[in-house]
Amino acid sequence: MSLIAQSSAVIGMNIKSLPRRLWMSLAMVLASAVVVAVLLAFLAMAKGFEATLQSAGQEDVAFFIRTGSAAELNSSVMKEQVDLLREAPGIASDENGKLVSPELYVIVDGTKKSSGTDANIPLRGLEPQGMALRHNFKLVQGRLFTPGTDELIVGEGVLRQFEGFELGKEVRFGKNRWTVVGVFSTGGNVFESELWADAKVIQTLYNRGSSYQSVRAKLQSGASLEAIEAYIKNEPRLNQEVQSEAKYFAVQGESLSYMAIFGRVISTVMALGAMAGALNTMYTSVSDRAKEIATLRAIGFSNLSAFIGTMAEALVLALLGGVLGALAAFLLFDGLSASTLGGSFTQVVFSFEMNGQLVMQGIWLALVIGFISGFFPAWRATSVPVAVAFQSRG
Amino acid sequence: MSDDNLFELKAVAKRFKKGKETISIFDDLNMHIKRGDFLAIMGPSGSGKTTLLNLLGGVDQPTSGEVSFDGARIDSLSEGQLATWRANNIGFIFQFYNLMPMLNAAKNVELPLLLTNLSGKERQQRVETALKLVGLADRAKHMPSEMSGGQLQRVAIARAVVSDPKLLLCDEPTGDLDRNTADEILEMLQLLNREFGKTIVMVTHDPAAARYATHTLHLDKGQFVDKDEPVLQEKSA
Repeated sequence: MSLIAQSSAVIGMNIKSLPRRLWMSLAMVLASAVVVAVLLAFLAMAKGFEATLQSAGQEDVAFFIRTGSAAELNSSVMKEQVDLLREAPGIASDENGKLVSPELYVIVDGTKKSSGTDANIPLRGLEPQGMALRHNFKLVQGRLFTPGTDELIVGEGVLRQFEGFELGKEVRFGKNRWTVVGVFSTGGNVFESELWADAKVIQTLYNRGSSYQSVRAKLQSGASLEAIEAYIKNEPRLNQEVQSEAKYFAVQGESLSYMAIFGRVISTVMALGAMAGALNTMYTSVSDRAKEIATLRAIGFSNLSAFIGTMAEALVLALLGGVLGALAAFLLFDGLSASTLGGSFTQVVFSFEMNGQLVMQGIWLALVIGFISGFFPAWRATSVPVAVAFQSRG
Repeated sequence: MSDDNLFELKAVAKRFKKGKETISIFDDLNMHIKRGDFLAIMGPSGSGKTTLLNLLGGVDQPTSGEVSFDGARIDSLSEGQLATWRANNIGFIFQFYNLMPMLNAAKNVELPLLLTNLSGKERQQRVETALKLVGLADRAKHMPSEMSGGQLQRVAIARAVVSDPKLLLCDEPTGDLDRNTADEILEMLQLLNREFGKTIVMVTHDPAAARYATHTLHLDKGQFVDKDEPVLQEKSA
């Protein structure tokens, strides 16, 4: 006696009888789809944000900020300290000298296209070396700013999300006027949410004297951060800490991990609601097929095959919803540009990012909904004695 | 138990709990059914006909007493064992046919054969034979919604006999049919009994239907009355 043959027959009959319960079944598919789409939207948002930050950081770039500063915004590095850091062991050089980029990081206002409200944008002051340290930096429109002038270049993310930063436009931050002379890309990472201008001009306009806020340095192949740490420790004039740029951005990204947690909480609450609806659908299904299930059991079909048949129906409907939800999330959200408050009180422009792993998480959630909503009705379908089940016969 | 007996019930009691009340359907029921019998069971509603049919079909268990089939006790079998026993020995025919509406006639008839180790080709041959027997060979691909009541019941009979069970249990098999169609169905059951030696137990309200049987038993308040065969009712000691 083949359980597979029995189960296949019961599953086939259940699927063929779905048109009798079309609207209930569609409601279950839809509920499952919505839950999966919402989960994937949040996860894609978190993933996109994380990728935006993490792809900015490189392992072979040392990043220096003042000890105890969590971010560039509240750090400071004096010019003398920059000169000392240039002499740290393991720093790479090219024909222009050491590959070291002292940088400033100030906050300016911009108006968001989506809401019309003002939000903070980072204005980074840097030197040509700084651009060379961004491995995927590319000028996509216009030209680089001329050192010593009030020209700036704008990241593609800022151009996308904020008003008034088109090439050739004049922008005003406080008393200072700037001219947009170029648009740059850094491969979609966090630097695209910034404005870049000459470091010395920013030092002057923002009364920073000769100080900077952070220093980036390209490491020689095989150079270790431990050696640099030891160098800083033995140099009393330095009060900086060093970490890889990749680690710095990874930590910055973690601070926004609430997004994924929030998404999971919302999805769980919604999944509970969907499950209640799905349970109702499956109890209706079992009730609708009560006579058929009883007849099959009377003929000699095992309880297990009836159980499997009901479970399969629930799983198929939920899975269908999961696939639809994932598809909808992909079509609606993948690549969608958004901005949110980052670690330094500035807007980070990022794109929602869907991938196979996230889709699988959505599909798993759909299967959990299907399993739970199928289990109890399936249990009822098979635990009722056949004689009692027949009492529902016409 | 005599070798002639297919079924034997000894001191069978069946009680149900309804709230705090216990309802007794049978208290001390005794009977046996010989191989090759065509037994009609009649009686008013609530007399216990369906409960008796359920006990004989192994879809219900007695509260106490013994139920033996072919010399072996079935009253202590588990749910799973009973399902296997039913698949091997019983063919059911219901008043409202109980066909699967989403399957065509051939697929409905094939259902009991899915519980066997027969190959697809063997199953198909058996289905064709069974449908031919009930005169519906040309309706194999028809859906239940495309057939009349009499045709549906004939498909149900084909389903009941396709696995060659020893016993056919019929619950009001003509209750939903007009007189002429009912007679056709009863003649078919009679043919199965006479020509193919099938033992048949049929519950019916219809005295005309009962006349096709070789014996008739009347149930009233859980007891056989007005028995026409002495072997069918014995009071236990």
